[in-house]
Amino acid sequence: MANIDTTTDAGGRGAGQNALGGDNYLTHGRGLKSWLFTLDHKRIGLMYLVVILSSFLLGGIFAMLIRTKLLSPGNSALMDANTYNQMFTLHGAVMIFLFIIPGIPAALGNFVLPLLLGAKDVAFPRINLLSFYLWVTGALIALGSIVTGAVDTGWTFYTPYSTTTNTNVIAMVAGVFVLGFSSIFTGLNFVVSIHKLRPQGMTWFRMPLFLWGIYGTAILQIMATPVLGITLLLLIAERALGIGIFDPALGGDPILFQHFFWFYSHPAVYIMILPAMGIISELVSVFSRKHIFGYTFIAYSSIAIAVLSFLVWGHHMFVSGQSLLAGMIFSFLTFMVAIPSAVKVFNWLATMYKGSIWLATPMLYVLSFLFLFGIGGLTGLFLGALAVNVHLHDTYFVVAHFHYVMFGGTVIAFLGGLHYWWPKMFGRMYNELWGRVGALLVFVGFNTTFFTQFVMGSQGAPRRSYHYVSQFQPYHVLSTIGAYTLAIGLVIVAVNLAHSLFRGRPAPANPWGGATLEWQTSSPPPHDNFPTTPVAGDPYDVEAWTYDGRIGGFVKKAPAGQPAAS
Amino acid sequence: MGHELIGRLLGWASVQAEGGFWMPVQGSTGAVVVDRIFSLVLWVSVFFFVLIVSLMVFFVVRYRRRDARDEATPSPRHNTLLEVTWTAIPIVIVIVIFVWGFTAFLNLNVPPANSYEVLVTGQKWKWLFTYPSGHVDEDLHVSVNTPVSLVMTSEDVIHGFYVPAFRLKRDVVPGRYVKLWFRAVKPGEYQIYCTQYCGTGHSDMWAKVVVHEPGGFERWLEEASNFLKTMSPAQAGERLVRTRGCAQCHTVNGTAGTGPTFLSLFGHQVALEGGRTAPADEDYVRESIMEPQAKIVAGFQPVMPTFKGRLTDQEVTAIIEYLKTLK
Repeated sequence: MANIDTTTDAGGRGAGQNALGGDNYLTHGRGLKSWLFTLDHKRIGLMYLVVILSSFLLGGIFAMLIRTKLLSPGNSALMDANTYNQMFTLHGAVMIFLFIIPGIPAALGNFVLPLLLGAKDVAFPRINLLSFYLWVTGALIALGSIVTGAVDTGWTFYTPYSTTTNTNVIAMVAGVFVLGFSSIFTGLNFVVSIHKLRPQGMTWFRMPLFLWGIYGTAILQIMATPVLGITLLLLIAERALGIGIFDPALGGDPILFQHFFWFYSHPAVYIMILPAMGIISELVSVFSRKHIFGYTFIAYSSIAIAVLSFLVWGHHMFVSGQSLLAGMIFSFLTFMVAIPSAVKVFNWLATMYKGSIWLATPMLYVLSFLFLFGIGGLTGLFLGALAVNVHLHDTYFVVAHFHYVMFGGTVIAFLGGLHYWWPKMFGRMYNELWGRVGALLVFVGFNTTFFTQFVMGSQGAPRRSYHYVSQFQPYHVLSTIGAYTLAIGLVIVAVNLAHSLFRGRPAPANPWGGATLEWQTSSPPPHDNFPTTPVAGDPYDVEAWTYDGRIGGFVKKAPAGQPAAS
Repeated sequence: MGHELIGRLLGWASVQAEGGFWMPVQGSTGAVVVDRIFSLVLWVSVFFFVLIVSLMVFFVVRYRRRDARDEATPSPRHNTLLEVTWTAIPIVIVIVIFVWGFTAFLNLNVPPANSYEVLVTGQKWKWLFTYPSGHVDEDLHVSVNTPVSLVMTSEDVIHGFYVPAFRLKRDVVPGRYVKLWFRAVKPGEYQIYCTQYCGTGHSDMWAKVVVHEPGGFERWLEEASNFLKTMSPAQAGERLVRTRGCAQCHTVNGTAGTGPTFLSLFGHQVALEGGRTAPADEDYVRESIMEPQAKIVAGFQPVMPTFKGRLTDQEVTAIIEYLKTLK
């Protein structure tokens, strides 16, 4: 174990290299045009990061307004019932379609994926830029509906309500349709990149697990999103032309819409969570300084989740009136899809066993994820059991479960990944203390907000309610206090990260001790990512790196048997 | 002290007829069944959650990095037997939960042959309950310990019929009939909600289940069915306007809804589409109820459904008498 510090070559340009002063992708071209027309995946990733975090802010503001209204059970001076209905619809639509679905793949994935592959860029850089502008176009069309008659259907657009309400459903739906193409193109790009651009030495089972997660997601994006597109087109046709596919008054079937919608939207939940699981797999290994435990099981479980996720959409419809047989099959498959997630959790825990656990900010998000995703996953068992589902369906219990999985899972992993790759993206370290304070406040605030909603829901509080019986007021007040705490936590996170851009300590190439390829180039990376094409080794061989106090980061150990000379 | 704490913890996760931390009061036989499964899943979840979090905390404390150059203790990178075990055990557990949840669901969906049938209609934003006698009410009245089946449909969009105390819920879909049943076990009043989002008044779509003592339901139904005889015509008319869905579109306070207000309507001239006018007399009101498209008031859409066959002559007369009082 007595390894001596070394600053020998660790990827061609020397370890500990910070490239802020010299040539890097941020300084490679200058001026607005060099950004707007860039084909560099790193710049496109950053542009995604900006617009996606803006969407997160917007959706968060809607959430805060909703929670503030719900402090009292009756009418509110803040908003009337129609405005409230528009608020929760916009909160859902913005968070889902603009933030969480593209969040990890398009922002973090775009930046990191080619680096993990040791590649210069994604397979189709032009399509990558196109998909960014499709995102922007779709977002503008969707958000345009706020001005022309904000949608009040809920983010699920259930018919016949959505075909009869007088708000601008067509604009919102058309926007989501365009966003779908952005998602498909991103997925396509990633699938081809992973198939064709893997470097020498990187077989399928030597890929970093984040790539497995992204790969599963990309498959889902390509296969499920077209169904959403068709469904939304039919909805537009129904509204504009009255073709009568979904409207019972014209001989249509409103339940058919639900089948179509969930055929996409259930896999979409896994589009959101799979890359998050990938991030956790990376982080837990690096911050435990240990090889990931049970690599093969984790990799296969991603694929198992991707496949099974196509077969469980009917669990959103247990009380819709679908047949008992359908209910039985969907319930069974729903329980089966829980298994791969459980396997991953046990593998992550086993990775920590006998590790050397560093409680840096990204690792705090990992612990937070295990806690919150644990609750999110286990509460899924209540909802999968048919008889219990009947009671809990469409109550706050479902709201809480969904947020534990999507925020407690995906957003927490996103924040963990953001803190993990931040030094690589910008070449600066953020303040560790404030990073931890932010993570802690987010954790406490989140639990206060949403655990309360589990109790309220099982007590029978229906979701999407402007008025509620006064029995539920104490829960709502507690939940709102939690939401404010959560917001303060997120503001601290944002300020801390923004502050680091100007005042942060220059980051070394490998601040955390990761063994994947992105840590073997400078922070921030050069335009072409790597000076020479790297050869991939075991992505979890973190023990091959050791901390060097002089550069504040990790360097490759000298090969065994050859004590390095200082 | 210690015993009290343990008692509380157990109570926290147990099934209680009077309602507890998690579940509301058990008002039906179905509620008892659902709560048992809920408890099982709760205990399974608590077990696994405590296991995960305590291992996590233990590892963090035991193996935390004290120096930046600390290394991990060598340990296996995988262990197939262990991994197969922790895949298999959850599979067995979830299959048990699945089977129990499904069989209970089946039982809760098949009504007994002799159940008392009530027709439920959901409309924006009100529930209507039609009894075999033909009486229509805004609340659901039933007799204790009697199986009641509900035949439900919607007049407009999808609604969700939900009684938390009975653990009973089903979407109510236009153009379809769905059936539900329950057996109430305790007299009292229980909340009904709409759980499928349906627009502006979604969260106001409340009603009550009133569970009567034995014999009480029959007395109530007879009295309620005879309100035309026991109330003055104007009072009966007010009740009809409130309970039969008129008030959803026609206010009595002077503001226009989907339809014109009832305030100061009777006895005045009404401006119609096409520039004509008509006096709002008894015949006009009757015609507007039975043939709503015959005369459309200026500024409104011809969207009112006919009430032919849904209101009797006597009921229409009562409504007319009520409108006369709205000056």
